[in-house]
Amino acid sequence: MSDKKNWPLWEVFVRSKNGLEHRHCGSLHAADEDMALENARDVYTRRSEGVSIWVVESKHITASNPEHNGELFEPAHDKVYRHPTFYELPDEVKHM
Amino acid sequence: MVISQQLKKAKTMSEAQIRSLEKQFDERIARDEKIEPKDWMPEKYRKTHIRQMSQHAHSEIVGMLPEGNWITRAPSLRRKVALLAKVQDEAGHGLYLYSATETLGISREEMYEQLHKGKAKYSSIFNYPTITWADMGAIGWLVDGAAIINQVPLCNTSYGPYARAMIRVCKEESFHQRQGFEIMMKLANGTPEQKEMAQDALNRWWWPSLMMLGPTDDVSVHTEQSMKWKLKRKSNDDLRQQFIDQTVPQAELIGLTIPDSDLKWNEERKSYDFGEINWDEFWQVVKGHGPCNKERMKARVGAWEEGTWVRDAAMAHAEKKQQRKNKQAV
Repeated sequence: MSDKKNWPLWEVFVRSKNGLEHRHCGSLHAADEDMALENARDVYTRRSEGVSIWVVESKHITASNPEHNGELFEPAHDKVYRHPTFYELPDEVKHM
Repeated sequence: MVISQQLKKAKTMSEAQIRSLEKQFDERIARDEKIEPKDWMPEKYRKTHIRQMSQHAHSEIVGMLPEGNWITRAPSLRRKVALLAKVQDEAGHGLYLYSATETLGISREEMYEQLHKGKAKYSSIFNYPTITWADMGAIGWLVDGAAIINQVPLCNTSYGPYARAMIRVCKEESFHQRQGFEIMMKLANGTPEQKEMAQDALNRWWWPSLMMLGPTDDVSVHTEQSMKWKLKRKSNDDLRQQFIDQTVPQAELIGLTIPDSDLKWNEERKSYDFGEINWDEFWQVVKGHGPCNKERMKARVGAWEEGTWVRDAAMAHAEKKQQRKNKQAV
């Protein structure tokens, strides 16, 4: 095995058509951003799955820790008043 | 990093704590919840997935070799572009699966090293030679056919990255089987020599394809745990029966004969009975004594080693470019 550095890991996001968001579709290894884009084209869009690709080196992504899901996400659970169904309306009001 | 933290934590946990976490974990899977990379998971789950997923990735990569053999000699441009696209898909499938496996904390280099040193396995079917063009037909029809039967249930497996990779793989794989069947059909309807060639390929690939679905249930070591983790949804014997029942009528349709004198329809079971599989042959090939084990590994390791300077040059170029950019920024 070579003692040189290995190609870093990149995350790939593809927009399937204009009007839709870029979605994460996987990852790959590449030496730099240009190669990452070219490889992403070959690996993830061989059947016209995209019109735009983002690549970002995986080390630049900060992710939440699932062990902290309680303090992060539970506060939203008891805030039912943020949803329209919380409010009572008379039956006569059809569209609101 | 997350994984090493998790390991450190696991060491300080009592056995009772681990058992309770494992229980919650099994319950999550039973509820059809997916497990994602940063979630806590039992070490055995991680290891089993690394083993199965990397083995799957290696099979895709080594699987390119028997077919690569025929790309330059495909009989028409139509066949050539299709075969080329199929082999390119296999490279892609290997890459999806390697990336998915890396989320479990093993590096790409470690996986390659395990393959190259013979520590990791790949599907034994790729240790058989491809000696005629009809083998391209038989591989697509039978080998990809058996692979699809194996893979479709994995689209629902419990580990999120694996399930997502398998959905892409299965979507792309169905053309592989069709292009193989088309090759066989054309040959079977051709001159007597062409038909003979198709029959010969079927004769050689039929039994190894049945073996591809794994040892019989009574000797399969991983089945029970794998069922619980949804790494497996049906037993090897059930998958094999499904493959046979689906393939026999296809062979009849194109006028080829399955090379099994014991094969016959069982009206009661609504399934085909079939002859004894030569499991000695299977284990011989698994242990490295198949017709092409050495050749495949030599080709794979050769490709990796001869590519070293390209990988190094690309990295050096990337670093130089980055340095230049940094200098301009100052």
